[in-house]
Amino acid sequence: MSQILIVAEHDGTTLNPATAKCVSCARALSGAQVTIAVCAADAGRIAVQAASIAGVSRVLKIENPANAHPLAALLAPQIVAIAADFTHLLGPSTTFGKDLMPRIAALLNCAQVSNIMALEDATHLRRPIYAGNAIVTVESQAGAKLVGTVRIASFEMAPGGGQAAVEAVTLDIPLPAHTRFVSLSAGKADRPDLQSATRVISGGRALGSAENFKILYALADELGAAVGASRAAVDAGYAANDMQVGQTGKIIAPELYIAIGISGAIQHLTGIKDARTIVAINKDAEAPIFEIADFGLVGDLFQIVPELQRLVTKSGD
Amino acid sequence: MKRILVGIKRVVDANVRIRVKSDGTGVETDGVKMAINPFDEIALEEALRIKERGMADEVVVATIGVADAQQQLRTALAMGADRALHVRSDTGVEPLTAANVFMKLIAREEPLLVILGKQAIDDDNSQTGPMLAALWNRPQATFASKIELNEGTARVTREVDAGLETIEIDLPAVVTTDLRLNEPRYVKLPDIMKAKKKPLDTLTLAELGVEPRPQLKSVRFEPPAQRQKGVLVKDVAELVGELRKRGVLS
Repeated sequence: MSQILIVAEHDGTTLNPATAKCVSCARALSGAQVTIAVCAADAGRIAVQAASIAGVSRVLKIENPANAHPLAALLAPQIVAIAADFTHLLGPSTTFGKDLMPRIAALLNCAQVSNIMALEDATHLRRPIYAGNAIVTVESQAGAKLVGTVRIASFEMAPGGGQAAVEAVTLDIPLPAHTRFVSLSAGKADRPDLQSATRVISGGRALGSAENFKILYALADELGAAVGASRAAVDAGYAANDMQVGQTGKIIAPELYIAIGISGAIQHLTGIKDARTIVAINKDAEAPIFEIADFGLVGDLFQIVPELQRLVTKSGD
Repeated sequence: MKRILVGIKRVVDANVRIRVKSDGTGVETDGVKMAINPFDEIALEEALRIKERGMADEVVVATIGVADAQQQLRTALAMGADRALHVRSDTGVEPLTAANVFMKLIAREEPLLVILGKQAIDDDNSQTGPMLAALWNRPQATFASKIELNEGTARVTREVDAGLETIEIDLPAVVTTDLRLNEPRYVKLPDIMKAKKKPLDTLTLAELGVEPRPQLKSVRFEPPAQRQKGVLVKDVAELVGELRKRGVLS
């Protein structure tokens, strides 16, 4: 039977929704026992949140002041110390998981499968390669421990209502001092998180300036949406790095995605093609974004966006 | 000698439209344009800038790959790397094997810093950097957008989902690059000529004492599910109407 350990992602107080999506991935394996490990300085509240995810049988609290910030070099040996009984170790394919899971895999001398879209059975997994232009089915060795990162855009959050047992684990292992947290400058917290927002509005180079991005923020605030950007817009300095959507940025799957002034390079499309509904607004009728958009509107974004904002404001949406 | 070791990978050029072979055994790579993985180009550029600031003496570039991967090493030498190491492998190696190869190169070269791309744009694995740091038992700073080298330590700003995180690491260490770290230079023709004279050593996995141990098998390749092309609406009112009909706007 598969024993799956999921490494919880959190910000020190709140569990990240990516963790409940990893649970959905793990639960696809019939009969899998799912355990969540919470490494934190104070894991209490996060562990309670993890224990309430349906389908989780156990939550392990690993508390240490050194776990106040998620440094892979410190977290990896702690996860390895509890890894013995597990067949699969999973983390989200976020910057947290991408940083940590390969370090764990190497310490365990086992392979990692990145960006898992589906666990078909204990040894067969599907994942995208080449910016999502091909999907490969990977077979791992039967009986070998496997590490993976879960492509969170492929999964819904597992529901709540669970009542897993929470256990505190005390580890007596040395942690390295060679890696030290200095600071985190977070993006704006008054808007929904890009990776879990149900609505996302993204802008491209056609916005022309950081100043012009403000019309997107205004519309986003009206819709309760997160704001993203194409790589071109980020490279041009119109938007912050953490707003980039695409192959090398964030892969998202909102209910509604509105691409504004984005032509739709393949690397961008790979980051949005799991969105439920895609709207494209672009002055170039030939832009590739229209090939995958459910609704396209050709025209000047500087006229369309304010008008769209007026119409949704009027309706109180 | 303060040395920086840079890993590069030969990949299908980012502008090539990838097609899955009709028999599902792989993707079509015959005759397509190949290039240095873009993130690795950024890694090399950063190493060259560190050397140009006088913070390093030598930049060594290494790759694991087929005979033709020497083309990418020559490009790297033309960009400014001092020496190149080609570890021959006619089959792709898994990230853990790649990390084991780099461990052997580290033992030979004793670098102050190893810089790799955060991911290769073919397999999109994003594994080799952290795996190498783990085997080496040294710090890792992934997704770097700024590297500040000091005596014995480095301060690295990382592009994380929540924003920009800064960490301090002791050297030697592994850094992986993100897009905004720098903009790689263009190669000039005289540099291509000069690069032909720079040393390029070829090694084999056997010579390095690394046995590739594949643990994963790719059993089937498929094209991704295609989205249906939608409709063009004539104005904003129609758009809002359609979105309401779908229930995505109330």
